[in-house]
Amino acid sequence: MMASDTAATALPFIDRRNTARRAHLVLGALLVLVSLASLAVGASGTSLWGALMKLAQGDALTLTERVVLWDIRAPRLVMGICVGSALAVSGAVMQGLFRNPLADPGILGVTSGASLGAVTIIVLGAALPAGVQTTLGAGLLPVAAFLGAWASMLLLYRVSTRAGRTSVATMLLAGIALGALFAAFSGILIFLADDMQLRELTFWSLGSLAGASWAKLSIAAPVIVLSLVLASSLGRGLNGLALGEAAAHHMGIPVERTKTIAILAVSAATGTAVAVSGGIGFIGIVVPHLLRLATGPDHRGLLINAGLLGASLLLAADMVARVVVAPAELPIGILTALLGSPVFLWILLRKRGLVDM
Amino acid sequence: MLKATNISVSYGPTQVLHGLNMTARAGTLTAIVGPNGSGKTTLMRALTGDVAFDGTIRLGETDIATAKPYDLAAQRAVLPQATPLAFPFQAVEVVRLGLRGGIETNDRLALTALSRVGLEGYANRFYQELSGGEQQRVQLARVLCQVWRPVVSGSPRWLFLDEPVSSLDIGHQLTVMHIARDFARAGGGVVAVMHDLNLSAMFAHQLVLMQAGQIIGHGAPQEVLTDAQVSRAYGCDIRTSSTPQDGGWFMLPQSAGGQDRAAVKRAG
Repeated sequence: MMASDTAATALPFIDRRNTARRAHLVLGALLVLVSLASLAVGASGTSLWGALMKLAQGDALTLTERVVLWDIRAPRLVMGICVGSALAVSGAVMQGLFRNPLADPGILGVTSGASLGAVTIIVLGAALPAGVQTTLGAGLLPVAAFLGAWASMLLLYRVSTRAGRTSVATMLLAGIALGALFAAFSGILIFLADDMQLRELTFWSLGSLAGASWAKLSIAAPVIVLSLVLASSLGRGLNGLALGEAAAHHMGIPVERTKTIAILAVSAATGTAVAVSGGIGFIGIVVPHLLRLATGPDHRGLLINAGLLGASLLLAADMVARVVVAPAELPIGILTALLGSPVFLWILLRKRGLVDM
Repeated sequence: MLKATNISVSYGPTQVLHGLNMTARAGTLTAIVGPNGSGKTTLMRALTGDVAFDGTIRLGETDIATAKPYDLAAQRAVLPQATPLAFPFQAVEVVRLGLRGGIETNDRLALTALSRVGLEGYANRFYQELSGGEQQRVQLARVLCQVWRPVVSGSPRWLFLDEPVSSLDIGHQLTVMHIARDFARAGGGVVAVMHDLNLSAMFAHQLVLMQAGQIIGHGAPQEVLTDAQVSRAYGCDIRTSSTPQDGGWFMLPQSAGGQDRAAVKRAG
């Protein structure tokens, strides 16, 4: 039909995919730097540099150095990377799924669902059949958190999406209502809990990486890595969904499969993150938002960049949390909210015209 | 060929299409016209597989009720009435989405398609900052990218356009209708839901006139758009006419004599 396929090629234009690709490198380098800093910083005076020098010279590390670096800071580093990337990518996927930049596991009750799952196991876990307890073992808590997150994702999607269209008002109200409902159930369980259980439970309301250990990571890390790999396959599907479900279908995207994978990936990533670190907010909403404004909304680059930036941001917040009132620790959830919400508001005000709610 | 046989669609207890039969040939532009609520858009949504229907619809060899999305996407593209976007996409990024839907992979096509719809130089403009008509043309460029070549290895590809010109000024209405007709002339098939009878008569090779969920006229514009049929379909007294030089069909709203259809109904 249109003969002059080359007519418009002379016009210059900026391809934001190149920006997104450059961002992979920059954010990757940033994550390496923040990771090193995270290993080096802590309440004890142990020096990463000193330990590395010793290793290079073939000397043995002191017991303190080994424990601080290998058993405390290293698992915390890995946990920070896992949880930060899980939260940021979950946010990006949810926003793509709901076609709305306000969707976030924390705001829409998915985190509350995961917490309810975890709280249920802590308080009522002893009542479970012995067979279930021994089969799942330490995996019981993450599995319960995943089921809680999954149930809330499914409910939320069913309630707020009609005939392929998501109503923003319904989504937000449903998310808030579901979150409140799950929190109320959690409240009943907390009311029933004994002193030991209560101590374990306070952790969820605040959010922290302090509980990091290799044992927890052996369960959480594979699940999070798997769900992030699943999520990163969704780029093209979520790009299509941005135009609406019907348009995505017309462009050849398997809409139902994309939705199912998105819901599973978000539930698994959020559920596991909550199980090991409690409810840490705002990473999932701020990170994808910043990246969309800087590198464009193409989900294929966005999902990778969100993982990298989310990990760096959480590690940085964790470092501040560890150092600012040392030797005590600020709950990291407070910090991410303190840093995250003003940034979020600022973005909204500055780019009001571009963010169509 | 697009062939729909005995198509019925119900929304809940209300049946909105009653056993329709229609065909559209590749190489022609078929316009579906009719008053508000006559079932035009529902018929379109059945043809594109967006609503559940009874009956069969075949696009070439493909049964659209059972076809895989990517098989259909390689054969036909669909332009919706309006597409709001929540994320800050730039025009060229929206157009490129269509590139990935079909079988074309040449990135430069996105720029060519933009200039084809009269949006040269708009590549880096934010979609949300464009006017409704410009957004609609960006979407048209996306859809064109999906089925850029009207015929691929001997089989035609299709454009389904749902009110493609409803938010455009007269100049761009003509641009878009020319694009659609050129696509058909090159061997592709075009099915468009249209409001404007004059543009439909001017550009379509075939019309489907609907009223109350039925097809009451199906054929060449001059045959379908008789005074009697148009007056019956739209419920007001309309006289049609033809231009002196080439006998083109046209209709002026003045011919209804300022009659208010709703007022006539109320009085009756």
